[in-house]
Amino acid sequence: MTDPTFSRRAHLQQLFLGAGLFAAGTLPARLSLAAQADQTSEQRLVIVLLRGALDGLSAVPAVGDPGWAALRGGAETPTALPLDSTFGMHPGLAHLHRWYQSKELAVVHAVASPYRERSHFDAQQQLESGGERPFVLSTGWLARALQATQQSAVAMTPAMPLALRGADRANTWTPSRRPNKSQDTLDSIAAMYADDVPLASALAQAMAQQDKSMGAEPATGAGLTVLAKQAGAFLSAPRGPRVAWLEVGGWDTHSQQTARLGRMLPALDEALAGLRESLSVHWATTTVLVMTEFGRSAAMNGSQGTDHGTAGVAFVAGGQVAGGQVLTDWPGLGRSQLLDGRDLRPTRDIRSLIMPLVQRQFQLGAASMNTVLPGAIQPLDNVWRV
Amino acid sequence: MQATCLASHRFGYSEPQLQNLAHDPRSWVLAQFERPAAFDTEGLIDSAKAWQITRDVLKAALNPASTLTTGAEATTNQPQDALGPMTPARQVLRQTNLHGLGKRWQHMIQTTTPVAERWVQFWANHFCVAATKGSTLAMVWPHEYEAIRPNTFGRYKTLLRAAIVHPTMLLYLDNAQSIGPQSIAGRRRDKGLNENLARELLELHTVGVNAGYTQDDVTQTAKLLTGWTVGPNTTGVTLFMDNLHQPGPKTILGNTYPEGPQALDLLLTDLARHPACADFMASKLCRHFVTDAPPAALVQAVAAQFRRTDGDLKAVAVALFSHDVAWQEDLPPKFKRPEECLISAHRLMQKKVINVENSAYWVQTMGQALARAPSPQGWPDLSADWLSPDAVLKRIQWAERYGELYGKDIDARDLMQQAFGRNLSTSTAQTIARAESGAQALAFALASPELMRR
Repeated sequence: MTDPTFSRRAHLQQLFLGAGLFAAGTLPARLSLAAQADQTSEQRLVIVLLRGALDGLSAVPAVGDPGWAALRGGAETPTALPLDSTFGMHPGLAHLHRWYQSKELAVVHAVASPYRERSHFDAQQQLESGGERPFVLSTGWLARALQATQQSAVAMTPAMPLALRGADRANTWTPSRRPNKSQDTLDSIAAMYADDVPLASALAQAMAQQDKSMGAEPATGAGLTVLAKQAGAFLSAPRGPRVAWLEVGGWDTHSQQTARLGRMLPALDEALAGLRESLSVHWATTTVLVMTEFGRSAAMNGSQGTDHGTAGVAFVAGGQVAGGQVLTDWPGLGRSQLLDGRDLRPTRDIRSLIMPLVQRQFQLGAASMNTVLPGAIQPLDNVWRV
Repeated sequence: MQATCLASHRFGYSEPQLQNLAHDPRSWVLAQFERPAAFDTEGLIDSAKAWQITRDVLKAALNPASTLTTGAEATTNQPQDALGPMTPARQVLRQTNLHGLGKRWQHMIQTTTPVAERWVQFWANHFCVAATKGSTLAMVWPHEYEAIRPNTFGRYKTLLRAAIVHPTMLLYLDNAQSIGPQSIAGRRRDKGLNENLARELLELHTVGVNAGYTQDDVTQTAKLLTGWTVGPNTTGVTLFMDNLHQPGPKTILGNTYPEGPQALDLLLTDLARHPACADFMASKLCRHFVTDAPPAALVQAVAAQFRRTDGDLKAVAVALFSHDVAWQEDLPPKFKRPEECLISAHRLMQKKVINVENSAYWVQTMGQALARAPSPQGWPDLSADWLSPDAVLKRIQWAERYGELYGKDIDARDLMQQAFGRNLSTSTAQTIARAESGAQALAFALASPELMRR
């Protein structure tokens, strides 16, 4: 072993052979290029992934379904805000409910990815990779869309989410406890990384992101709302990214579901309101998708929770969305209507919702689109108002 | 020399003096599994006491007015979360968890058998528990030192049983409140199953998601596991309670198990012997200790040893660490997890952690909130799971801070020379040599590719 980075170095030196791209202290050329080519697109896309599987029947209860009372009609169930004759919305989602009323938010119900088992980890892999099965693709659908365009993205996470892996112009960002003191130190470290391309690229990306965030109020503290507001600031910056990724875990409510969602749904609601506030006028050209890896069992389990299920709920919101509707082929909650006698039956493929969002954001042709989301998918045609 | 570097950095937590193992690096690794250094448990509480501390915190959170602290104490370390203000009970919780973490770090930094310690930590992460729910707030480190640590050099089935029926796991994956629908309690109270532990037992702890089990296997496993719970009220120890147990036999992956507590050992024995379990453990081990995409020859050899020895973990370790492929020099290196970075930094500096809470905060900032892994799958293990722009920037910020804290009386040039020898890259050596101060030199060393990768 000549050096812990030796094999990457050998490999990557071949990739960038003779191009002189990694002169000490300079950005890798493709990154500089990306910074130059920052899109002027006004279209913005925010994806919010709820890891752990949100209970769709808590977020958007089917209070008008004849099977509802038997499954969820207990005294503990909070009184829902009305949506239509069948559906209500959890009272913790007050902002989302207002957006529904002002026709800026649509609910997509009984939705699932093509995955039909009940593992979080496989389901998230499939949802983020966009493959037809888990682990057939190792890059993300959002990354492939970015690669096909000149757009860039930022994930408000310490690690790169799978959905954005495989993109040159994907960044990550979290608040700094203590900003770097010395530019000289950073520059020297960038030079030290010259032979280690993954480290050099990551650092160059991070430094570029710092430049972009300088105009915005630097976020402090923690929590989803802070990250959501900062995402809005990045998306609003003239040369900022046009795609943002947010995620939050803790939705795996096997026990004490009512109490836990009673805290978590308002926190999500507040974060989304913070995102909108921070986007300000850009809300008009932003689309927000809130999704989760699968739904939960239709009946409560033995400990006031729910176990892993299949279909669940997604939200799509923004200035162009045909809001004020629940988009669903509702399968019903009767015992014979449930999948395997236990789960809400999926009637919509989540990819059919992702697809029109990708098309609007990235303007891809059919061939590129098939790389982003392979398979025969019929995009939903009633997502847009304008 | 090259093998020496692999022994130190790929398999261990980085040795300050590479020359100390240069005479026979393979033996240095393998001998650690014969005599792993003892872990000092002095001053550490048992899980029953941890459960008491946890309950006190939850009680105080439910009655905040009666337990509010006053004055200066109330304004420092003021948390903003669902548990409310910093009550005296929360102070106890905080001190307990910091003490547990500090003892653990002390061992990881000072142990003479770092590869064996990596082995322990691998299994602790494999059987991940987290303080992400109220009932496990003080329970994570006791799970490690009670269930994992004493059992990682024996039979896999023994480790599996200890990890699964420890109070922390029963609480974390909800089995403590899973009730057989036809049990005495289930019929009386209209309560029922919780299949959380059952699913993860199959998917994460034994045979893996592709072993071909069905939803019915999960449900049957959940029924078999009913009754295993944590003592009511204040005892905080694992009990089998007949009145929660689902009556009748259960059939799982084609095998039928009797009613009663004895079914647990029968099931765990079968799961540990399932061919898919050996394959799953071997691929996880090789991915963790060697490289992200380990060569099949290595994985197969480790899996074969697992099957041949009925999951004798010491023998499995020997098969892994004596295999030539594990020592292959041209395999792509891994990107260390944040805690691995921190531990190797302290080992190289030969310094204790000055402030455990502060260092834990840095590890969290770098993406790893210790004792709070985001899911029962534990911390992910691929370089791509950790190497991101923000992560690299945070590691540099950490390196800068550590440079200030520890850099005054450390010569980073010597430190890197002694730890990496002629494996030190020219680029790193030159950057450190040109530093304007001891603090900056140490920051460069800790931010170097050599330290971040293994």
